[in-house]
Amino acid sequence: MNQTHKYRAGVAILILSLLLLPFALSAAGTAWVRITNLAILFVFLSLGLNIVVGFAGLLDLGYVAFYAVGAYVYALLASPHFGLHLPFWIILPIGAGLAALFGVLLGTPTLKLRGDYLAIVTLGFGEIVRIFMNNLSQPINITNGPRGITLIDPVRLGNISFGQSDQLLGLVVSGPMKYYYLLLLLLLLVIAVNLRLQNSRIGRAWEAIREDEMAARAIGINTTRIKLLAFAMGASFGGVAGGMFSAIQGFISPESFVLTESVMILSMVVLGGMGNIWGVVAGAVLLSFVPEMLRYTVIPLQMSLFNRIVIEPEVIRLLLFGLALVLMMRFRPAGLWPLRARQREFDRRVANR
Amino acid sequence: MNQLLEASSISKHFGGVRALHEVSLTIRQGEIYGLIGPNGAGKTTFFNVLTGLCPASSGAFRFAGRPLDVNAPHTVAQAGIARTFQNIRLFTNMTALENVMVGCHLRTHAGIIGAVLRGTATRAEENAIQQRAVELLRYVGIADRANDLARNLPYGDQRRLEIARALATEPRLLALDEPAAGMNATETAALRILIEGLRADGLTVMLIEHDVKLVMGLCDRVAVLDYGEKIAEDVPENVQRNAKVIEAYLGA
Repeated sequence: MNQTHKYRAGVAILILSLLLLPFALSAAGTAWVRITNLAILFVFLSLGLNIVVGFAGLLDLGYVAFYAVGAYVYALLASPHFGLHLPFWIILPIGAGLAALFGVLLGTPTLKLRGDYLAIVTLGFGEIVRIFMNNLSQPINITNGPRGITLIDPVRLGNISFGQSDQLLGLVVSGPMKYYYLLLLLLLLVIAVNLRLQNSRIGRAWEAIREDEMAARAIGINTTRIKLLAFAMGASFGGVAGGMFSAIQGFISPESFVLTESVMILSMVVLGGMGNIWGVVAGAVLLSFVPEMLRYTVIPLQMSLFNRIVIEPEVIRLLLFGLALVLMMRFRPAGLWPLRARQREFDRRVANR
Repeated sequence: MNQLLEASSISKHFGGVRALHEVSLTIRQGEIYGLIGPNGAGKTTFFNVLTGLCPASSGAFRFAGRPLDVNAPHTVAQAGIARTFQNIRLFTNMTALENVMVGCHLRTHAGIIGAVLRGTATRAEENAIQQRAVELLRYVGIADRANDLARNLPYGDQRRLEIARALATEPRLLALDEPAAGMNATETAALRILIEGLRADGLTVMLIEHDVKLVMGLCDRVAVLDYGEKIAEDVPENVQRNAKVIEAYLGA
């Protein structure tokens, strides 16, 4: 077999296994399909944040705000809260657009900031959005405050509702499984968009800003515009992810959009390898699944060993998370699967030449 | 001869420090114009003001017969002025080819939607950018290093790459900030041939340089700055004999 054949066979096997995955997972329990769906949402979020952090080199610690915007747009336009029930294919673009607008809103005052200072302002922005959602229940009840919004419509396509199970060719296709296929489709789209953006005139301009902003300005790149584009593009992916999150969960509240979520998404990007699309996908999948696996293995393990739970799974999760970050900084500072440029940046032997 | 750039009474103050004081000069179409002066005389500040990297305290520029807006670097580049830096500023983790391709940004158009859809027009533009970048690398003589990272190029080639990147913006005036700094005699001689070639191809060049032999041999006219003021502007032979210039360089 030559290279192309091997490549094609590999892709075919990958696609086939991705298509069959939910059936295998539901054998282990529908919960695992849900976990996979959430993992895909985190891949969306990481890829969106990667545009800002990985491509353009702008450290953003408030990314969850755009996730929140997308989620609330969906919740408000498809729930009994306002009595609106728009279809998801109308809401998702609105959510993405509004999130992009928020991206520009965040980007505009922070254009001259870099590094730590940008991180502080974006962190504040994330908190502002969350606190707004928490308090926008008075004097007009828009977000229903900390109680959140319930009974959000599931995605509906024609007669098929994603909120319930259906029979297809004698197979039971559950709601989460349908979401899985929808998310998989969106994921392919998001990855394709990212790959094309990276290898384009705009993508090169982002990279130039990351490398040397002053040189980029001197050769005529309108850094204001290009940075805002990065914020807006990144935010729009967050908006889409937020919308899908609303639909899948059926309930959202400001509690889902706290700072630790932003930190988690950033960790996925950094762990996977800033700037490398496949690395970021791997990072997001890894950090989404490992904690869940822990949850399902640590308790039975402790029960069988000690007959009681000695260490809470949550504690173990944080412990391992910290350990992973330390080990990564020591052995793979550019991420598990780094962009070749980043890797060289971190490789001292090359840098000192 | 046609005037390309006209600077009138450019001043730049940093707090109490007078980096530039009422500097006026004109550069003619097609000449190589040298800007010299002792360290700290304000040469690089003049470049920074001209290219919009730091705003002037007062004064105005005219370029190609029109007022030049120096408030944003990209409008200066748009008008047709490109520059290099004294301490080379390449995109070090990008390849030589990519560096020049970024330089083509200014004269190309594909946006987000073009990039995502990648239609015929976008693909044609991408091909044109790549072709142009290869041509420019060949022009400055480093086409064989196209796929090397900018940081791995030898020093002289990095200087050349920076010039190629500046040329990608299709300038009418190329401002070179100490292009021969740190170069050995062979590299300097090659640089001189390159700059003369640029002029032969119709470009106007403005040059900050410490290498007196290079400046005197290459430039059509030379201006001398001292403590932020222009003390002389003439053909090289006359500048060399100018009493004020000799005083500025040797001390009173």
